[in-house]
Amino acid sequence: MADVMTGADMVVEALKDQGVETIFGYPGGAVLPIYDALFQQNAVQHILVRHEQGAAHAAEGYARSSGKVGVLLVTSGPGATNAITGLTDALMDSIPIVCITGEVPTHLIGSDAFQECDTVGITRHCTKHNYLVRSVEDLPRVLHEAFYVAQHGRPGPVVIDIPKDVQFARGTYAGPQNIEHKSYHPQVKGAPDRIEQAVMLMAAAKKPIFYTGGGVINSGPEASRLLRELVAATGFPVTSTLMGLGAYPAAGPNWLGMLGMHGTFEANNAMHDCDLMIAVGSRFDYRITGRLDAFSPGSTKIHIDIDPSSINKNVKIDLGIIGDCANVLADMLGVWRQRGLKSDAPALQKWWDQIAVWRGRRSLSYKFSDKVIKPQWAIERLYAATKDKDTYITTEVGQHQMWAAQHYHFEEPNRLMTSGGLGTMGYGLPAAIGAQMAHPQSLVIDIAGESSILMNIQELSTAAQYRLPVKIFILNNEYLGMVRQWQELLHGSRYSESYAAALPDFVKLAEAYGAHGMRCSDPADLDAAIAEMIETPRTVVFDCIVDKMENCLPMIPSGKAHNEMLLPDMEEDLENAIDQAGKMLV
Amino acid sequence: MNAPAAPLSPYSSAIGKSNLESHTLSVLVDNEPGVLARVVGLFSGRGYNIESLTVAEVAHAEHLSRITIVTSGTPEAIEQIGHQLERLVPIHKVTDLTLRGNAVERELAMIKVAGRGDNRVEALRLAEAFRARVIDASIESFVFEITGNVSKIDQFVELMRPLGLVEVSRTGVAAMSRGKDPI
Repeated sequence: MADVMTGADMVVEALKDQGVETIFGYPGGAVLPIYDALFQQNAVQHILVRHEQGAAHAAEGYARSSGKVGVLLVTSGPGATNAITGLTDALMDSIPIVCITGEVPTHLIGSDAFQECDTVGITRHCTKHNYLVRSVEDLPRVLHEAFYVAQHGRPGPVVIDIPKDVQFARGTYAGPQNIEHKSYHPQVKGAPDRIEQAVMLMAAAKKPIFYTGGGVINSGPEASRLLRELVAATGFPVTSTLMGLGAYPAAGPNWLGMLGMHGTFEANNAMHDCDLMIAVGSRFDYRITGRLDAFSPGSTKIHIDIDPSSINKNVKIDLGIIGDCANVLADMLGVWRQRGLKSDAPALQKWWDQIAVWRGRRSLSYKFSDKVIKPQWAIERLYAATKDKDTYITTEVGQHQMWAAQHYHFEEPNRLMTSGGLGTMGYGLPAAIGAQMAHPQSLVIDIAGESSILMNIQELSTAAQYRLPVKIFILNNEYLGMVRQWQELLHGSRYSESYAAALPDFVKLAEAYGAHGMRCSDPADLDAAIAEMIETPRTVVFDCIVDKMENCLPMIPSGKAHNEMLLPDMEEDLENAIDQAGKMLV
Repeated sequence: MNAPAAPLSPYSSAIGKSNLESHTLSVLVDNEPGVLARVVGLFSGRGYNIESLTVAEVAHAEHLSRITIVTSGTPEAIEQIGHQLERLVPIHKVTDLTLRGNAVERELAMIKVAGRGDNRVEALRLAEAFRARVIDASIESFVFEITGNVSKIDQFVELMRPLGLVEVSRTGVAAMSRGKDPI
């Protein structure tokens, strides 16, 4: 049966067929036909954001917390350009989102028409793929292809640019079935001989470590389950990147904490000294590796990744396995069990003893104060108050983000939404809105900084409109804290433009938006205040006044190696921690 | 210890190293709008070099184009370029013809030379030696067409320079593996 309909109706029909229940967007001239089609149906709910960047991050938060594709709908020109940061963010963190942009009618393309920009040209560099649909006959295929491309292989953002005349034109709609992509077929199954080689290396390893990343989370909950099984079967220690937190539970016996620039002493030293590294869905970013020529010098490196370009990109890999994490982990477990393999128990015991020595440095420690709230302590108290609840955490970017990663403990995948690759300030609030839409009954908290939150503060209005009870927990130190910390480390404590002057009164600001505002500055009041925040069934802005000059430690100073960490008890050495070459890095 | 500083970006490792190699990549793509921009944008965005690039549709019914790219970099960078190209959605296949060894490479050039007297005679004589054809002639100029590998054309252009070289138009390299198999 042929379904003849308008292009705008096709968009809505395709969203339904793809199982999309919620989209985020902002209307404008070039998408009016699609908004009209949305108006006349109830299957797809539209959340009106206040800025298109918010729509993109909300779609990301929705996608990351639910494992589904996030969708946003924006107009041409400024609607599309405002979404760019969110698209780039999704590209860097491999988050599946589909962004539908309106476009000026085909006969006006290239004429510098009102609200025209070269959307496909601009977004080519910040999407996994993009389309300009010039004919309504192509539209159904492109819509379904976009969802396929967004979620298959290494996930990422896809833009569909639809001129207004194509939205009005009538054509025949076809569903998602029987749409096979002609060129894009990522390899999901790992090569059996390589998997076997990997497992044999694991059985022989004396100082092994799992180094896992966002790919495990992207692969789905099954990958996290299999990772836990494989870790349990082998008894190996496991560390993870920021993006991979929660894949292995923080309460698990083999957990070393996060690694990298602000990772734990034990995780980084274990990476440096290991003899076998099993990288799973991680990409050897230099914020992870530190100085590349001193990165884990004595180890054999196995790298499992769905993206062949990740392997050997930054670090020479001895055994690359291309495939989906869940598939490869399942096959590895299969071989391990089938062969009845055992880890080298005495060697592993020595390895764990060494790790215990590193742990003894207590690299996440800080000096508690009863006069001023220490930001680390605030996160700890927040964790204590929420760990037994169904909680989703988002963050902005900066010190608070790293403290959240260090001191909030994630037991399950998809529970932390944070801008890892691009480092987008302003990510957390819209992402929390997206996560709350995906999990209406859950507790969603944006751990924020006072400066980051102002970058997309307008989304408070969105939260208010849809009565979303997101909690915004601001660690307010009146500084762009990470910038200030780097200026202390690298620029003689000359705090150039990093003081957050003229901050708004966040309590009044919350009230102005119809949210509940709170402030706490006394450590003695913190627990009660956090409890009040959690119990308030509305949007809450919690202005938590913390120690202004606290530094985020431990730290691998830029340009240094994993075993050259700066620990909290070395803080007086801060000024000399980074050499000239390190100052060049970001 | 006087260890060298880490490279500023993972991609800068391709630059300034001594073991630069030149490789010819053959890339089969869907001939759709923007596909060339994707390929070129990938090279500029990641700081890779393009020494030459040719593109044309090779299978009309299937809308397939073949792009031949000559690029240079360390072996690691070139491996990375191949993988990065494979990530592009409309790309069907990437083949490193240099790695496969001994591919046939040809380029076509048109070369305009103007002059009179001895220079003109010498230009024509050299053209014959290089098997360049005259495709346009006037009283005081020739346009030569020459086909060959890159170095042969380079050499011919250099020889024409003192004889009144006016301008050069080159197609870039087209390449194919030897033997019966396709890429």
